Amino acid sequence: MIPAAFEYHRPTKMDDVIALLTEHGDDARVMAGGHSLIPMMKLRMADVPHLIDLQDIGGLQNISIEGQRVTLGAMVTQHELINHTALAEVAPILRETALQIADPQVRYMGTVGGNVANGDPGNDMPGLMQCLDAQINLTGPSGSRSVAARDYYEAAYMTAREDDEVLVSVSFDAPRSGYAYEKQKRKIGDYATAAAAVTITKDGGKVASASVAMTNLSDVPVWSEAACDALVGTDCNVDALAAAVAAMLGDIDPTEDNRGPVAFKRHVAGVILKRAIARAWDRA
Amino acid sequence: MNDMTPDREERSANLKGLGCSRKRVEDARFTQGKGNYVDDIKLPGMLHGDFVRSPYAHARVVSINKDAALELPGVVAVLTAEDLAPLNLHWMPTLAGDKQMVLADGKVLFQGQEVAFVVAKDRYIAADAVELVEVEYEELPVIVDPFEALKTDVVLREDLAGQTEGAHGPRKHHNHIFTWEQGDEATTNQVLDDAEVVAEETMYYHRTHPCPLETCGSVASMDKVNGKLTLYGTFQAPHVVRTVASLLSGIEEHNIRVVSPDIGGGFGNKVGVYPGYVCSIVASIVTGVPVKWVEDRMENLMSTAFARDYWMTGKIAATKDGKITGLHCHVTADHGGFDACADPTKFPAGFMNICTGSYDIPVAYLAVDGVYTNKAPGGVSYRCSFRVTEAVYFIERMIEVLAIELNMDAAELRRINFIKKDQFPYQSALGWEYDSGDYHTAWEKALKTVDYEGLRKEQAERVEAFKRGETRTLMGVGLSFFTEIVGAGPVKNCDILGMGMFDSCEIRIHPTGSAIARLGTISQGQGHATTFAQILASEIGLSADSITIEEGDTDTAPYGLGTYGSRSTPVAGAATAMAGRKIRAKAQMIAAYLLEVHDDDVEWDIDRFVVKGAPERFKTMKEIAYAAYNQAIPGVEPGLEAVSYYDPPNMTYPFGAYVCVMDIDVDTGVPEIRRFYALDDCGTRINPMIIEGQVHGGLTEALAVALGQEIAYDDLGNVKTGTLMDFFLPTAWEVPNYETDHTVTPSPHHPIGAKGVGESPHVGGVPCFSNAVQDAFRAFGLRHTNMPHDHWRIWQTANRLGLHD
Repeated sequence: MIPAAFEYHRPTKMDDVIALLTEHGDDARVMAGGHSLIPMMKLRMADVPHLIDLQDIGGLQNISIEGQRVTLGAMVTQHELINHTALAEVAPILRETALQIADPQVRYMGTVGGNVANGDPGNDMPGLMQCLDAQINLTGPSGSRSVAARDYYEAAYMTAREDDEVLVSVSFDAPRSGYAYEKQKRKIGDYATAAAAVTITKDGGKVASASVAMTNLSDVPVWSEAACDALVGTDCNVDALAAAVAAMLGDIDPTEDNRGPVAFKRHVAGVILKRAIARAWDRA
Repeated sequence: MNDMTPDREERSANLKGLGCSRKRVEDARFTQGKGNYVDDIKLPGMLHGDFVRSPYAHARVVSINKDAALELPGVVAVLTAEDLAPLNLHWMPTLAGDKQMVLADGKVLFQGQEVAFVVAKDRYIAADAVELVEVEYEELPVIVDPFEALKTDVVLREDLAGQTEGAHGPRKHHNHIFTWEQGDEATTNQVLDDAEVVAEETMYYHRTHPCPLETCGSVASMDKVNGKLTLYGTFQAPHVVRTVASLLSGIEEHNIRVVSPDIGGGFGNKVGVYPGYVCSIVASIVTGVPVKWVEDRMENLMSTAFARDYWMTGKIAATKDGKITGLHCHVTADHGGFDACADPTKFPAGFMNICTGSYDIPVAYLAVDGVYTNKAPGGVSYRCSFRVTEAVYFIERMIEVLAIELNMDAAELRRINFIKKDQFPYQSALGWEYDSGDYHTAWEKALKTVDYEGLRKEQAERVEAFKRGETRTLMGVGLSFFTEIVGAGPVKNCDILGMGMFDSCEIRIHPTGSAIARLGTISQGQGHATTFAQILASEIGLSADSITIEEGDTDTAPYGLGTYGSRSTPVAGAATAMAGRKIRAKAQMIAAYLLEVHDDDVEWDIDRFVVKGAPERFKTMKEIAYAAYNQAIPGVEPGLEAVSYYDPPNMTYPFGAYVCVMDIDVDTGVPEIRRFYALDDCGTRINPMIIEGQVHGGLTEALAVALGQEIAYDDLGNVKTGTLMDFFLPTAWEVPNYETDHTVTPSPHHPIGAKGVGESPHVGGVPCFSNAVQDAFRAFGLRHTNMPHDHWRIWQTANRLGLHD
């Protein structure tokens, strides 16, 4: 648990961050809260000769809400998410999710940007962002661009972000819907055995729209369009739930680990999704 | 009497002696970050050591190339077995009569085994250099299953080739260590053959790890000018470490000072001697400057002493109405690559022969086969007396299985078979003499408090509701009744490396009526500085607040065998009381002199000696202490000091009755503990608040072990649970509310009747949590399923019983 030597950079301007990334290429990594990267460095599983700390970069700490449009700066901590009253009103699913991430100590340091950017299949925010159809806002040497969260994740730790780009914020339209983030984990601080993010809008006693995303059940978060389709137009009865679960199970690809074998994970994924849908439907 | 004189009750309360829930005096420093742990020790010029460890579970070490590491600036030395061999320190003796490689001598036997020791000017350079040591391995077949180990041609311990006699008798196979037999096999088999009912079950008590918050480490400082070695370390038995260090190094024992500073939890993990200690000593001797070695969390989990790993097969015989007539137990014990169990020498399977439990079982037989595998060595008592958790889990599961066989209520089955109050002292079939107990009273109190009948009724209703499809949650009522065996132990049959398992206390009373007492034990969180002062306060009449307790420095403390197996209060606590009585005996002579009466004409009264029949004439202990230093008393030496070395006449046998109520989500395998009730009888209660804290801690570690904590290996001997992501260490979030209760049955042979409590809740807790899980499925045909009961294994149980169909 002793990291190899590294250069520590703490620029105050984003231009300097980009310059460092351009200069050092693969040898440089940006750090937000550090709660994924630092343990990896201590385990010597991540070799980072140049560590660029983002905490002195201005403008990354904001939570902005304009109407239904929410933008979360990359350096917003989980703790700040949980305690932001206006955010809790407009998009309560953020708070519900963040409260299920790690423990209070980690949430004081862990950030939205780090959680979203890293591409760790165990992280909770990527699935949530896919559920919310968020845009991931990147900046790099050739300017800024946005990538849909649903297109961002390519494989475990592999994302659409280029090595010389920095994730600066995520933005989404807060859903006027019922919502739920349901997570089963072995203990506090653990990644999900299975987790589901669900939003549902209701119209005339039927599901008008639905969004379903699953966490830690594949090497990337899984937004299940088929599960959404299975719910639309139904009243979330037993058959609709079963159809949504069956559709979702077609999209996930869990692997065996210490949390359990594949059969168990698939079963629990179904149970968790049903519970998330039921809660979201209740709230719709 | 003067009106200002406090009354007896007030004087007694002022002492803060036995029975007082005094706040822990240690906590001021611990809660303010002012503790002083091994890693806080920084000596001038100190170097840092780090290990190159084997990535393989079984491999030949073909070559080790140190060149690149030695070229790294700041690297001082790289030690291998070849370097230690001339000192004969490449191997070391274990506490179990085996020997263990300090550094890999030709081969490695478990993943994480120490291969080379890098010494560098700072901790970072040491870690960098570890990566630069090039080790060439040739992989060998890996054996992680002890049953396969006993069949295979693969020889794990080539150094023992041809040795058919081990430290504990004949070896049956090249991977076999010992067979330990207790009891009467022929009669037991006869009883089983003739029995009306026999229940049989095999259970695996999985491998786990004590995982103290502070990992193991040491700082060795060899002063070449004075020839003195000072060794700071995470030692649960500092005096034994000094003796072992002397025997291994050849340095005379008076030239070695061992210091255990504050220790951040031990739970058995810090009883043994580890290669890191030896390497830090050798490196300091070689370099002439202090050398620190502190392992990280992964090294701690992967290479220092594990606990459990017992395959236990039981047969229990009974009459049709539930009277147990005999018990047969066979254990296949996986000891890993070296037999480094920490047990008293004559007990290679610890006190596993307490496995008749709290029951009057007329005849029994136990056989334990120890086996080598490609896993880390160890086999320590993790928050229990030697192998007592295994024994109690075994019998408490056998009772449940027998209850199923008999179609009988498990609480009633226990009631029928408890040793009765008037049978104590009770001779068990496997050779122990239980000192005292009142099991029926404790059991009835527990069952009444939790409304046992009501719980069973609710459970039956839940089963019906489940069958009707109205709920997906089952309810388990976990029962356990345990008898611990602690306070090792009588020197006649208990020793560690030949050192009798007595313990000691030395007291000095200062002229102004305060005192310091030093003991041979060492607190790792048990609160000795608080409770031993209370024992003494009640014995010598000075307030506990005026008594300093000091442990852990072998230059100042009297020799003792250390703290583990709940032995501190039963043994060192007894020594404290006995030394206190010596103080009081001398104080009586001084008081009589001062009061100008015969010694026999004064009597003890809380904090003073009074003249018999004339209570207005007295001398307080404070006055007596002063007189001891300023009066020339004929026939009495000046000063007021005493020392006692206490050889306990017997073990003590704390017991308890636990009930756990659990709701289990059949679909996710998630258990929810609704209620946990723990009644403990640890004899005389010294500090009820500390007892409650100990019970909470022990139950939490029991919850961990029962519900998920394990050291798991894959087929190649890779540790699958080497970080706290996968190794379950519960936090406040996972822990339920605990209800604690007690009865008091003093030990008849202990000076103050105390029995020890730190480990009871772990011993009794594990089967209670496990029984709750298993009980939830009893109505659906479950007989037994192995721990740990994590989500997926509970789900698997439900799945196998067809509850997901």
